[in-house]
Amino acid sequence: MTNALEITNLSKSYKGFHLQNVSFNLPTGYIMGLIGPNGAGKTTIIKTILNLVMKQEGSIKVFGLDHQKEEVAIKKRIGFVFDTPAFYPHLNLKQLKNVVAPFYEQWDNAVFDDLLDRFTLPLNKPLKQFSRGMNMKASIAISLSHHADFIIMDEPTSGLDPVIRREMLDVLRGIMQDENKSILFSSHVTSDIEQAADFITYVNQGQVVFSKTKDDVNESFAIVKGGNELLDTNTAKNFVAVRKGEFGFEALTADLNASKKIFGEQVVYDKASLEDIMFFHNLKFKSTN
Amino acid sequence: MKIIISNASPEPIYQQIGTQIKTQIISGELVEGAPLPSIRKLAQELHISVITTKRAYEELEKEGFIDTVVGKGTFVAIQNMELLREKKMKSIEDQMTKLVQEAQRMGIDLTELQEILTILYTEND
Repeated sequence: MTNALEITNLSKSYKGFHLQNVSFNLPTGYIMGLIGPNGAGKTTIIKTILNLVMKQEGSIKVFGLDHQKEEVAIKKRIGFVFDTPAFYPHLNLKQLKNVVAPFYEQWDNAVFDDLLDRFTLPLNKPLKQFSRGMNMKASIAISLSHHADFIIMDEPTSGLDPVIRREMLDVLRGIMQDENKSILFSSHVTSDIEQAADFITYVNQGQVVFSKTKDDVNESFAIVKGGNELLDTNTAKNFVAVRKGEFGFEALTADLNASKKIFGEQVVYDKASLEDIMFFHNLKFKSTN
Repeated sequence: MKIIISNASPEPIYQQIGTQIKTQIISGELVEGAPLPSIRKLAQELHISVITTKRAYEELEKEGFIDTVVGKGTFVAIQNMELLREKKMKSIEDQMTKLVQEAQRMGIDLTELQEILTILYTEND
């Protein structure tokens, strides 16, 4: 299995913010969702991959190539979509196409026209009159029209209504019918990631908390609920974090089978949503800092 | 082929897919050599991860229900009739076990259960 993206020990410091030893891989042919609270480092990671932000340490390979030495070769095959589309607002899509297309050897007008049709985007309306959803779709249409093999998106669904978000996720799934394509997208809308991603990488405070397949996440994490009398320093070690209430505790386990061995039938095991997982990890971060 | 998955079920999704495909092979709805959708197509249709569908197919392949031919796709495997019959028997036994447990909970004794079975069996004959 080849990797579309390989990040190894990436570090980058700003004033008051550090990316620390970030490492994860995205195999070719899959969608990875990058989750984390605001300010966790998602956008910095994405910008570093694209070399828009200079890394300080570590290595990044895209299609197996160094992201700085082979930047031009890589970028021809990458499509990126940012949360605020960086296009000239006074142009319409027809004009914009004429500006963008010459940059790409692989530009395909037929694909572009087809996507505009599918997204019901007008050719002759200036972009400044587009809604947020339309702008997002326009960005995606452009990134797909040069046959990008790797699509990187920063918060592509933020600010979109649920109907358009679903449409977008369908488009992503459609792209993945081609096993040579890969997608990395960041979002703090966890349901989007739950619905579309094959791999989930969770970052918090500049560190990777985990990078796993969605199935692994679903099978290893769980919410455990039970009476407070079951909690002591020993059993609590089993949890990422615990929230104690008056009538019982609620905790996140990262190892469901281990918890079952300890607590058996005395407690209730619920599926942990990504939101639960983020919430409890945040509790842990708060208590250790 | 029909596959309905539930996100609320405690049974992992790859198992739900596996069980349903197996049931359809055993019941004869899916015949030998019938093509199955690609893992990517199935993932798209069911709105689940490619990794999940891949795992479901891998398990089915291990158990001998399906074959993957590189470059051609995935097909229902040629079933060993002995084996298939055994699998069907196993499936019947499983269902009967549930039935017996239910009957025992309700306090129905063996003779009564046998009577019900005889009536139903002859009615359907």
